[in-house]
Amino acid sequence: MKTDIAKLLQRKKKQILEDWMNMQLADASLREDLMSNEELREQSNELLDTLLKTITDKNITEATSEEFEPVNEIISGISILRARQGFSPKETGTYIFSLKEALLKTLQTDLKDDVNTMVEAIMKVNKLLDVLGILTFETFIKGREEVILRQTDEITEISTPVIRVWEGILVLPIIGTLDSSRTQVVMENLLLEIVESGSTMAILDISGVPAVDSLVAQHLIKTVAATRLMGAECIISGIRPEIAQTVVHLGIDLSNIITKSSLASALKHAFGILKLDVKRIQKDKAL
Amino acid sequence: MDRIPILRMGKFLLVTIQIDLYDRLATNLEADLIQMVNKTEAKGVLIDISALSIVDSFMGRILGNIGSMSKIMDAETVVVGMQPAVAITLIELGLELKGVHTALNVEKGMDLLKEKITMYDEEPEELEDEDSVE
Repeated sequence: MKTDIAKLLQRKKKQILEDWMNMQLADASLREDLMSNEELREQSNELLDTLLKTITDKNITEATSEEFEPVNEIISGISILRARQGFSPKETGTYIFSLKEALLKTLQTDLKDDVNTMVEAIMKVNKLLDVLGILTFETFIKGREEVILRQTDEITEISTPVIRVWEGILVLPIIGTLDSSRTQVVMENLLLEIVESGSTMAILDISGVPAVDSLVAQHLIKTVAATRLMGAECIISGIRPEIAQTVVHLGIDLSNIITKSSLASALKHAFGILKLDVKRIQKDKAL
Repeated sequence: MDRIPILRMGKFLLVTIQIDLYDRLATNLEADLIQMVNKTEAKGVLIDISALSIVDSFMGRILGNIGSMSKIMDAETVVVGMQPAVAITLIELGLELKGVHTALNVEKGMDLLKEKITMYDEEPEELEDEDSVE
């Protein structure tokens, strides 16, 4: 008589869960700081429950089939959650592989009379769990990548502040490398702010830009031209000697753009254009 | 046929584009405007494109053309109220509208035009003054 592996496992579910939990709790990589034991048990129970409900003797070798969709979903959910909570890949991997160990252990004790069936069953379960393990890694990494992507977005968002230093004067300090996508964000923010505040002067401070190559210069020229089209004037400040050197060596023509070495001199120039005068108060001169 | 109205304000011509330009409308505007500059001997042209949300290279060229043509006819052109998205598009298309002045809004555009006109008007007078002193 052929033993039904799926039925056998379903019958032994409680035992498997117990074994699995023990294995997880005994493992050195258990992270009680990230997830409580109750939560872990609940999570494990849900996964095991769905898995055992899904498998039949027929589909046990086809883990990629549609019938396994619910299991895959739960595993993806767990992996992404773990990636966000800060579990390491090893810890996430151990989680799913300790389930394999628990399942195999049950098969081993229950089928020890019939070695041939045991080997066959173990092979099948092994294969199934391997597929699930791979899925875990894939979704775990996907979860991590999402975190990175979100952080990148955040950095682009906060790294391009537009500051109103004076009525009609905006300053845009650029820190970090300027690439095409960032220039786009910088340009958009600047132009929107120009419209919103009705400013006629914009100062682009590039003292925080580590290097200027022809592409970066191209981006800067574009930004300046766009501000001009809006009806505002743009000054580039914070040009360090090294940058001046590279710009000239690369043969980039910045002669159509007002450039200043420091933000202070750019501000002074802007005051001049707006016909503003900043003076130190002469103290008690008349007395 | 649709036409964009051209208003005369003293020495200046005022054009406000309130609808999205299509090619035919733009070429008509170009022709009408130059005719008006000639007829009224205008010294300045102010084009308000604050309602224009879509431009293509053709529109960009028309704007540039108007600027260059007015320049030949001895009138300054100011384009005012350009939307950020429009500005970015024009730059990406490589159209910098070199012969055209720009301003943030109609008020600032008018100030700019007045400044330009008086600047040109005063220059010869000053020269005459200097001559008379000598």
